[in-house]
Formats: sequence, C-alpha cells, structure tokens
Amino acid sequence: MRRLWRYPLRGWRRLTSMRTALVLLFLLAVAAVPGSLLPQRPLNPQRTQQYINSHGSWGEVLNALGMFDVFGSVWFSAIYLLLFVSLVGCLIPRIRVHARAVARKPLPAPRNLDRLPESGSFETSSTPDDYATAARQTLGRRWRVERRTEPSGAVTLSAEKGYSRETGNLIFHVALLVSLVLIAVGRLYSYEGSKIVVQGKGFCNTVNSYDNWKPGRFAAEGKVTPAPFCIDKVSKFVATYTNEDEPTQFRADLTYRPTLESPPEHASLTVNHPLRIGGDRVYLVGHGFAPRVTITMPDGSVVHDTQPFVPTDATTLLSEGVFKEQGKQGAKQDVGIRGLFAPTAAFNGTVVTSVSPVARRPVLAMFVYKGDLNYNGLPQSVFRLDTSKMSKVGAANLRVGQTKKLPGGLSVRFDGWVPWVSIQVSHDPAQGFLLWTAGAMVLGLFGSLGVRRRRVWLRLTPSSATDGPSPTVVSVGGLARSDSGNFTNEFAALLERLRAAGIPAQEQLVPAGRE
Amino acid sequence: MAGINGSMAHLSDTFFTTAIAVYAVAAVSYTAEYSFGRKGRIAATADVPARELVGAGGPAVAATAAPSVPAGPSKRTFADRAGHAGVALTVLGLVLHAISIAIRGAAVDAVPWSNMYEFASVAGLIGVVAFLAVMWKAPTIRHLGGFILLPVVLLMFLAGTVLYSRAQPLVPALQSYWLAIHVTLVSIGEGALMTSAVLTVLYLIKQRHDRLAKAENYRPGALGNLAARLPAAATLDKSAYRIVAFAFPLYTVAVICGAIWAEAAWGRYWGWDPKETWAFIVWVIYACYLHARATAGWKGRAAAWVNLLGFGAITFNFLVVNIVVSGLHSYAGLN
Repeated sequence: MRRLWRYPLRGWRRLTSMRTALVLLFLLAVAAVPGSLLPQRPLNPQRTQQYINSHGSWGEVLNALGMFDVFGSVWFSAIYLLLFVSLVGCLIPRIRVHARAVARKPLPAPRNLDRLPESGSFETSSTPDDYATAARQTLGRRWRVERRTEPSGAVTLSAEKGYSRETGNLIFHVALLVSLVLIAVGRLYSYEGSKIVVQGKGFCNTVNSYDNWKPGRFAAEGKVTPAPFCIDKVSKFVATYTNEDEPTQFRADLTYRPTLESPPEHASLTVNHPLRIGGDRVYLVGHGFAPRVTITMPDGSVVHDTQPFVPTDATTLLSEGVFKEQGKQGAKQDVGIRGLFAPTAAFNGTVVTSVSPVARRPVLAMFVYKGDLNYNGLPQSVFRLDTSKMSKVGAANLRVGQTKKLPGGLSVRFDGWVPWVSIQVSHDPAQGFLLWTAGAMVLGLFGSLGVRRRRVWLRLTPSSATDGPSPTVVSVGGLARSDSGNFTNEFAALLERLRAAGIPAQEQLVPAGRE
Repeated sequence: MAGINGSMAHLSDTFFTTAIAVYAVAAVSYTAEYSFGRKGRIAATADVPARELVGAGGPAVAATAAPSVPAGPSKRTFADRAGHAGVALTVLGLVLHAISIAIRGAAVDAVPWSNMYEFASVAGLIGVVAFLAVMWKAPTIRHLGGFILLPVVLLMFLAGTVLYSRAQPLVPALQSYWLAIHVTLVSIGEGALMTSAVLTVLYLIKQRHDRLAKAENYRPGALGNLAARLPAAATLDKSAYRIVAFAFPLYTVAVICGAIWAEAAWGRYWGWDPKETWAFIVWVIYACYLHARATAGWKGRAAAWVNLLGFGAITFNFLVVNIVVSGLHSYAGLN
C-alpha cells in the first residue's frame, strides 16, 4: 500500500517544486508567442481564414494544433492549470510555515554572535537589565523583540523584523490564484453583443437584436439573461476632425431606458467613456456611412432604402455595401446594387477612391443588377449580394441628388447619407472583484520585494566585577534574510544607535595608551 | 482640441537635434577619459566602485574612497578634464532634451509620449537621468559614461529619423488621463529594466573574466580589460536584481492600469492584443527571473540570461510589435 502511494507522492513533490514552477512559467511565456504572431480566430476570424487558405497544408497543421486560438487551446490551458496546481501545492505549506513563524517568538541568540555576517561590540556603564530596556526602546516598534536570560547570567535580546515580506509574498500569490478563478467565472457568466445602428434607430438588449453575439457558456445555455434595457434611439452621431483630417472626437448621443418601465434618459457615448447601465457596459466601437437611395423598380413602384456601408479603409472611410430590393415573387424583377461610398471622392479614371473621412464630396459608385436575389426563404447577410441568378444592367458614379436611369423603367437616385454607429454591449460580473484582487496583488508585490527581513541579536554580559563599576559588554550580531537594501550600512547605523542607547563606558577608566 | 502649434513643434525638433549632438560630444569625452586615463588611476578606480556600491567594510569605505577623488585642480590630467567635460555636456544635453520634450508637450497640448518617436525620446531622457543618478552615488563609474550614452544617442538618432512623426493631436482613443498614467509607468519601468539589463551584461563580462582569470596562462583581451575596471560581479548582480525588484511592481501596476484603460476604451480589460500578449510575456519572464534568483542551480549566470531574455522581449514589444504586427496599440505614427 505504501509503495503504491510513493509514485503519486513523488509526482506531487516534483510538481510543486520551484524548479517545475519555473519551467512551467517559461513554457507559459513561450506558449503565448504564437498567439501574438499568428492571426487569432477570436480576434479576427476573416484574417485567420485567409491565412489558413493561403498557407495550404501548413495552415491546416497549425490549425489542428490550435495555433489560431492559442489562448483557448488545450495545451495553453494545460500549462496554466498545472501552474495553478503547482502554486497551490507550494502555497499551502508556506502559509502554514509563515503562520507558525509569526506566532513564534524570535529565535534565541546563537552562541557566537561574531560569526554572523555582521557583528560588532561595545561597552556601556549601564547594568545589563537597564541597557536591555533602553535597547528595546531604541529598536522601536518595527522590531519584534524577545528578552531572555542565559544560565551564565547574560541577558540576550532576539530581534526580528520584516515579517510582512513573506506576508506580502503570500498575499500576492493567493490574490493571483483568486484572480485566475475570477477571470474564469467572469467568462462563464459573460456576454457580449454588437450591433450596427443607423442614426435615428435603436434596439433592446436581447439576444436576437444583435448582429454579433458572443455568449459565455452560461449565457449560451440560457442561464444568464441579458439585462432588460433599451437604447431607444441613437439621436445623433458626430465625428470631429482637424484640418488635416485627423480625428479628434467621435460622439454618439442617445436616449435609453435602464429598465423597460423606467423613463427615458439621455447620454453621450465617446471612445473612452462607455455608458454603464447596472452590470452592463455600452460602448461606441465604430462608425460609418449609410447611403440613402430611392429606387424606381421595373414595375413602377418606388422604394426608399438606407443601408450601412462597411469601411474598407479606416483612414479615408471608403466603404462598401449593398442594396437589395425584392420585386414581385418569382418575377425575376428583384434589384440588387453593389456599391462603394466615398465620403470625399477622387477619381482615377472612372474608379472612385476616397481621400478623406470627412463627407465633403460624397459619391456613390454602383453596379446595378436585376434578376433573382436567391433568397430561398433563408436569411442572408445584409452586406453580401448573391449575383448568381442576376445580370448586370448598368453602372454609375452618383453625387448626392443625381439619378441614374437604366433600361426597363429602372432608376436609382442617390439621396444622401446618414451616419451609423457600431455599439457593443458587454457584461462581466466578475471584473469589479478582479480589480480588487489586482490591487491586492500589487500591495503584496510591494511588500514582497520592498520589505527587508532582518534578524539581530544582542548579548549583554555583566562584567566580572573586579575593578569597581566596570562596564557591561554588549555584543551584537545581524543577519539579512532578504537581498533588498544594503544590510552592511543598515547594521552599522543600528550599531551606532545601540551604542548611544546606553550610558557611555567611563572613559577615564580606560587604561592610557589604548586610544 | 485646439490643434497643433507648428512653430513650437519645429522648435522642439531643433532642441532635440541639438541634444543628440551634445550627448554625442559627451560620449566622446567619456571615451577619451576611458582611453587616456593613466594606468594607476584605472587601477584605483577599478577597486573602489565595488566598495562604494556595496558599502562593504563599514568605516573603511571613507578611507579607500578618498584617493579616487582628484586631489585638486593642479593635479588634473587630460583624462580628468575630459571626464569633467563629459559630465557638464551630459547635463547640458539633458536640459536641452527636457526642453525639447516640454515644448513638444505644449505644442500638442497633451503628454508628449503618444507615439514611438516621443516614447523613445522620453525613454532616452530617463536613461540619462538614471545614469546621472548612479554617477551621483558612485562618481568612479564616470569613465564608463560612453557605454551608457552611446545607446542613448543611437536610440535618439533612430527616434529622430526612422521613428519620427510630426506633432499631431491625440486620436480619440488616446484622449484619456490613463495615457499619462499608463505610459509614464511603462516608460519608467522599462527604462529601469534597461539599466538592469546593462548591469547584467557587465555582470556576465565580469563573471566570465573572473572565471578565466583563474587560469594561469590568462591574457585579457578587450573584454578582459573592460572587466578589470568593473565593480565586483556580486555587486553588479545584486544591483541588477534590486532594479528589477523596483521595476517589476511598477510594471505590474502599469499593466493593470492598461487593463483598466482597455476596459473603458476597447470594451474589455484583456483581449490578447499583440501588445497585451507581449506585456504578459515580459511580465512572466521577469517573474521567472525573480524566482530563478531564489532557486538553487539557477542563481547567477542562468538568472542573468533570463534577465536579458526579458529585456529582449521588451525590445521586441517596442520595435517589432509596433512596426510589424498589427493590433489595437497602433500608435507608432509611422504610417
């Protein structure tokens, strides 16, 4: 039976050793590297897919290894879970040892104080008892001092300080563990949704209203319900630029209701100032242009449409998007427009580009298609146009107010544009607590790396009383138990203060010639 | 946001360029002292810095340190004068440099470290201040000034040419008081870690020299000659450690502040953005260093290499992640 236990025990000891912890820490650093150099699926799925496609089988191998989701991969989790277990195994005994050290009195003085790394001695006219009291006062409250009397009659003082070094060390590591737990819990209960909202529109915080919904596990299982609030209306979006087209401010004004029953309130979202509604945060994460068109369909009916276009260039806000208008069912009279919107257009021949994100000379460049939009009753992306059952009927570059007439009674008029904003709603119930544990980590770290752990012993030996009121001999020894600070200088200063604490030895009794 | 004061930005550039020139002359002065210092003087200085930095030996320090101070103007050698000129020029350069940064800040009406050029300029300033502070404590390292100023001049030259970007107002994402807190802490932390890395390199040189010097037929080369003038290996190692012990908590606070800012600006406190990932890697490597120094078999040389690895990661995070890898921290201003 005992033999059976030996292997797990040995394994446990090895796992919780400092050496293993060091290797695991190294592995953690190394494992994080591909996560920064390769595109990551959770951050940028399109770029990841492009990378895999363009690298053939190499991309497939990397994909199978989880290199495109490093921080969600099995091996990355394995490293930090092992580190977690190793840390727990290391901390529990250390907490026990430290608790005992704090409860215990400072250790008795070693026999030879002058064998310690720092030592010194001097004489005083005070009696050992008087001097011990004075020395206790001189050391002050930061030292824990224990007074003992040795069988020989010598009085010893054992002094120790800097317990908070190990306390800080333990606080840091415990706070680190709690932080990891909080991060995990936060991810289980979290959710994040984002939605493009054209100025003038709004939405409510429900799963179905989002374009993009990233639930944590419990939210995905329906155990976490999004808080019931509504952004009723994005009433206005303003982007401010310098004369050189450098952005200086993005601001969205909106009205919202914290709960469905409460009266509407006003708020402004800017880039560094999210709106906090209960445990949810509402962010302004993007913006763009939504061109407005009026389409006269082949059957003579008139449609007005406004569609958000997605920027393809972040600095000039050249954007692309589509309009899709259904005609009579089965008549193959649907109209699709694939468009390019340039806020300040410049022409390279007939090809439109944009030279500024400010809408000074907006142009809508478009290809118009007619035929079957190929809906099949299935939902389609609002940013994609399936032209497999359509044919191109014309192209044009339109300024605001211009109309393009096309064959078959079809015409398209570019009416203008409104801004849209991309709004993200995030929920993580653990992040407030996480901030507290982060604070505890920092405090612990300052204690752990800043506090100096010191031990000092004093031995006060009474004179042998042969020549009158002869002095007490005080020998002092010191030991630094941590690397910080300069103990040699500290000890020298302490020795001076201790020397001054007693009544000076009577100099006139010192035999001549000794000085 | 009033925009940019162009003439002030131009003035700042002029001060910046002048500061580089002055630093370069200072570096030459230090090198002159290093090269032309008399053998006897070098022998004296080689011994003293070790004692001064440790402060070993209690009262004996004052006695041994005294001879290193020049005995008076009458006995000043050329090397001494070169060293003094180096210090004076360094201080002058520092003043010009500080004025350049202050004017740049006034021109953009914000803290002037929001792109790579400005960050490199501030980091260089902190490096020079750190060197002057160390020299204040231990004047005998003066002849090594060229080794410190040369990288600073190089960094600033790089900043003024490759990394340069003209003064611009802050983009909306940077309009936050966290810019001042987060970036200041990062630059102080990383500046200090750079000093630690320099000391670690010197430690490795000295340590190698000590090992080789035991051999009977040892003939010191260029590195050996440098090592002979360095403080004791244990002193260098301990100083490098103390700087990390100071910088690591600061860096931790900087990363936490970054997370608080990211929560407000990007909608999450941590998202494995390349810059965040590398901040994490740097933090873990320096955590390794602190643990390695407390682990048998890792003390000394192995730990020193971990320290250098950490600084390598910092350099990678500054240069490669800013310029090559795209992420949310795209403020290099190099487009």
